[in-house]
Amino acid sequence: MVFEKIAALLAEKLECEATEIKMETEFSALGIDSLDVMELLMTLEEEFGTEIEMGENKVNTVAELTALIEAKLA
Amino acid sequence: MLKGKTAVVTGGSRGIGKAICLKFAENGADIAFLYAGNTVKAEETLKELEKLGVRAKAYQCNVADADAVAAVVKEIVTDFGSIQILVNNAGITKDKLVPMMKAADFDAVVDTNLKGTFYMIKGVYPLFLKQKGGKIINISSVSGLMGNSGQANYSASKAGVVGLTKSVAKELAGRGICCNAIAPGFIATEMTENLENNALKDAIPMKRFGEADEVAKLALFLASEHSDYITGEIIRIDGGLAC
Repeated sequence: MVFEKIAALLAEKLECEATEIKMETEFSALGIDSLDVMELLMTLEEEFGTEIEMGENKVNTVAELTALIEAKLA
Repeated sequence: MLKGKTAVVTGGSRGIGKAICLKFAENGADIAFLYAGNTVKAEETLKELEKLGVRAKAYQCNVADADAVAAVVKEIVTDFGSIQILVNNAGITKDKLVPMMKAADFDAVVDTNLKGTFYMIKGVYPLFLKQKGGKIINISSVSGLMGNSGQANYSASKAGVVGLTKSVAKELAGRGICCNAIAPGFIATEMTENLENNALKDAIPMKRFGEADEVAKLALFLASEHSDYITGEIIRIDGGLAC
């Protein structure tokens, strides 16, 4: 569910098909910078009604972002 | 000029911060100001702001305390809905020649002037990012640009504010968020009342101290849409002192 939401948000931002977004996709390969990831995270916070601390770890891939949110929701 | 906007001003109960609060309120902004501990002054300022017909609230907060800053930003957002303008004005001095300056004197000044500014920016950062806009105005000092005998700690903190301003400006420029700094020279406030003498005035090309209201007018410009294409700039307001 989390991955699908991330894929949908990225697809909307990048104007591409959600199926093009894979778990292993690196944000840098999509031209998504760290501020974009922060914005994405804030949108996801609203979507899932939770507060997520990014902490000091850099989130580089869709899988890492998915794991971060799933861990919070668990 | 600022109608419908909420401005947060640190060190807002007196001096330059108070002048900025009043100037912004005169121009329609709602005001949330932070003060360190002088409740009497804070209440006076609050009354003056309310007379201007805007929403205003005072928050006691030590900006050097990261947790307190994070909490107060949340409280302000709950009270006002959002924040569009942040003015980092809170500042202290502990002037001494270097041999007499204790590490604690250095730390206290850096903690309030520089780290306090960082904590406040950190607090509003996600808000500004989400709303794709906002104005950050940091009060530096000409002391941070040219140095000043007896102010190793203060100068270092204010020079730090210059670097912080430029970095944040670059980080957020693509999101329509402006971050600029004002570098006042000698401004007639409580902080400088013991300094105001003829010898010092003679060193200022305009031969006078500046008024807090003059700094407030510059802050108003930087908070308004008139400065939307200006970011990462440090504007001196010093009667020509550091030119």
